[in-house]
Amino acid sequence: MNGDPQRSAGLAARSPRLPRQPLARHLTLAVAAGIVLFFITAGLGSYGNFQVSQIAVYAIAVAGLTLLTGGNGQISLGHGALMAVGAYTTALLIARTHTPVWVTILAGGAAAAVLGLIIGLAAARLRGPYLAGVTLALALALPEVAVKYSGVFGGEQGITVPPLTAPGSLSAERWLAWVCLIAALAVMVLLANLNRSRFGRAFRAVRDDEIAASLAGVNVPRTQILAFVVSSACAGLAGALYGFGTGIVNPGEFTIGLSISLLAGMVIGGAGSLAGAWWGALVLVLVPQWSTSFSNSLNLPSGVASNLALIIYGAVLIVVMILAPAGIQGGVRRLLGLPRLPAARVPVLGRWQAARSRDRAQAEGSRVGSADHIP
Amino acid sequence: MLEVESLTTCYGAVRALDGVSLTVPDHSVTAVLGANGAGKTTLLRTITGLVRPVSGAVRYDGKELTGLPVEDIVRHGVAHVPEGRGVIQELTVEENLRLGALWRSDKRDRARALEEVYGLFPALGERRRRSAFTLSGGERQMLAIGRALMARPRMLLLDEPSLGLAPLVTAQILSLLAGLVRRQRLTVLIVEQNAASALSIAERAVILSLGRVAVADAAARVAADPNLHHHYLGF
Amino acid sequence: MGRFTDLTLNGITYGMIYAAVALGLVLIWRATRIINFAQGGMAMLTTYVAVTLIGNHIGYWIAFVIALVAGLVFGAAVERVIIRPVEGKPPVNAVIVTLGLLILVEAVAGAIWGGGDRSFPAYFSETGLRAGGRQIAFSPFDIFVLSAVVLMLLALAVLFQHTHTGLRMRAAAFAPEVARLLGVRVGRILTLGWALAALAGSLAGLLVAPKVLLYPNNMDTVLVFAFTAAIIGGLDSPLGALVGGLVTGLALSYVGGYLGSSLETVGALVILLVVLMARPEGLFTRSRPRRV
Repeated sequence: MNGDPQRSAGLAARSPRLPRQPLARHLTLAVAAGIVLFFITAGLGSYGNFQVSQIAVYAIAVAGLTLLTGGNGQISLGHGALMAVGAYTTALLIARTHTPVWVTILAGGAAAAVLGLIIGLAAARLRGPYLAGVTLALALALPEVAVKYSGVFGGEQGITVPPLTAPGSLSAERWLAWVCLIAALAVMVLLANLNRSRFGRAFRAVRDDEIAASLAGVNVPRTQILAFVVSSACAGLAGALYGFGTGIVNPGEFTIGLSISLLAGMVIGGAGSLAGAWWGALVLVLVPQWSTSFSNSLNLPSGVASNLALIIYGAVLIVVMILAPAGIQGGVRRLLGLPRLPAARVPVLGRWQAARSRDRAQAEGSRVGSADHIP
Repeated sequence: MLEVESLTTCYGAVRALDGVSLTVPDHSVTAVLGANGAGKTTLLRTITGLVRPVSGAVRYDGKELTGLPVEDIVRHGVAHVPEGRGVIQELTVEENLRLGALWRSDKRDRARALEEVYGLFPALGERRRRSAFTLSGGERQMLAIGRALMARPRMLLLDEPSLGLAPLVTAQILSLLAGLVRRQRLTVLIVEQNAASALSIAERAVILSLGRVAVADAAARVAADPNLHHHYLGF
Repeated sequence: MGRFTDLTLNGITYGMIYAAVALGLVLIWRATRIINFAQGGMAMLTTYVAVTLIGNHIGYWIAFVIALVAGLVFGAAVERVIIRPVEGKPPVNAVIVTLGLLILVEAVAGAIWGGGDRSFPAYFSETGLRAGGRQIAFSPFDIFVLSAVVLMLLALAVLFQHTHTGLRMRAAAFAPEVARLLGVRVGRILTLGWALAALAGSLAGLLVAPKVLLYPNNMDTVLVFAFTAAIIGGLDSPLGALVGGLVTGLALSYVGGYLGSSLETVGALVILLVVLMARPEGLFTRSRPRRV
């Protein structure tokens, strides 16, 4: 499922059986995917279903990040921390109260959305590396809070999360996989519709040319905040579901490495599309598993096994960015020979970049290597 | 001698230069004129490599300049005073000047060049330790030219030196340039919107229009033809 | 009163370490308009090199120097290979590249040396000196920290203001296109800028490791604090890095001392947000209008 309107419309035009209304189209695709996935989960064992649930969870988080970075041009290092907020909220509600499980999951998303709102309000005018730096501080500060108030948050040990009670004779893992898949598909439908709406257009307008967007009447700060809140809610929801999969929620699960891994998943998946979020999620679940078995088969020291996945992510991020000619989008798709996504570009002229151009002009020179730019 | 051969430069879809060919004879002043957007600045920027052409070639004294990195251009004897003068405001006057000759290894000649520039522009000598930010427009132009001369170039490219300067100051600077051409056998290529003043010191004139060479002739003939003024130069 | 003095001294010492990393960030920003998020990680790696050498009975000072040189080389290599291709591109690319480098470096360190804490020897005593009849939070090692950072700052100041290379570097930072027209090999200057920045980071890594132990993520918070320091001082200003570092060190020391030691990063986050909202250009960025 793709949030890009032109491509969705093209898809609808080419497949006459798909309804033309975007919402109906997205729902139909979601239901179709759901049915396919239902049969897949039926065929998988308990570990396979666990992995499916993890993939769905990461897909939610990466999709939110795709909206924020690919769709709106903001870069966040805090999404691991926002997942933590969702995870802890859900875990605490389950452990300390009698709230129904479904409510706790939604509460996780809501709590992360609230934090996203706070950060978004403070950071609405920040661009590029400034925003990255602030979200990095957030990512490192949040675990400190959990450790400081360890009475509430369980300190380094964290909080245990009991598994979801599966109805009937369904295995717990399969039920979890279904729950996560349904949540993921629902999120995809919502995000796809959001992308199609005027909000999505506003996101992309600000991403592509902030000044032009504001001249066209877009309320830039509000747009940035909305994108941040929505993507935070996705991260929180993902975190909430994540806790059920791992059974424990502690600071060690939500490191800066997680935030950057989500970025890697987004980049690998192709930062323009929601479908890419699934690819990214697949990578985030399968690569660590592969790395472990790879290093075990070569009898490499345990340090290598646990770090190999991150080494791969880091190397991929670097290589993709170096090879991508104009931004994130071109990179992986070009390498794979896929056609370029339309209207999906990394911000060339955010306010920060505009200020930089002003600096540039004032310095009576221009960036090295930018001899091709219009003076 | 500078030879420009069928030079084409594009900014995206816009052809800023479209098959421009011209020659700049040695030891003389050549003026490149034309309306705003005609491609004059692009021509200079392409010659010195700040912009890469799509096709065509630039040769100076037989040596091919196209494709060379920008920092090598001055080592071939070509100094470019860019649009806006390029005075580095955070540095002092003397630091700006010394910068012009740093690529040369002869320390004593660098010191000599500095004294020559102060001789040519006493106002700079008086302000040598001051931040370049404090200079007036005319003084900045002198600084930019002096800095270019520090490299002991054989050819000097100037992009709109009269911009923002009072007519009297402009006249002083231009006559100084003419003097340098005579005494130091310098070659000067000067881009100007202010056609009259440039034509007053030039031997040859080239008029660009929409990226193409419209006229290439002796400066005196161009200066005397009112039709040309009207058509291309806006007065 | 004693507590306040201790926190102040502690803040100054850590502040100088943040200033060193911040200086690296400023150097790189001035040269290439990039925030090097891997600055701390690169320093951590060279510190591991030093601790490995020391463990193999290489003398402390030799290992120290080798680590600094390794930093120089590493910084130059990173600029030339990884950063050069993204220098002219949208800033998001450079952010992601340096983030990729950060986890790469941390994961490599974890793979080679394991994730556990290691102690790093301090050549000087870390026991607080006695003054006014009590032991203060200022040790011979802290004196070394201050001296080393001040020495490095002075050396860099001399380099920038009084050498040809420094003149080239300033020109390349202020007006790279004009500098190229004047024959300055700006590419090499950028590589040198990154090398010096990495050197500053390596020094900071060596100075902080005895205090906070050595592990792959030990420079993460230091980077955040250095970023805060650089923002406070103004990303264009080396002097700002020093002042910002001291301000950040002191502020976080008081936060940690009076509000709780694990709230320092929260404190940094708050400071960062306040500064970015109130005066994003920092204290020392020139606000004079530029004339042509």
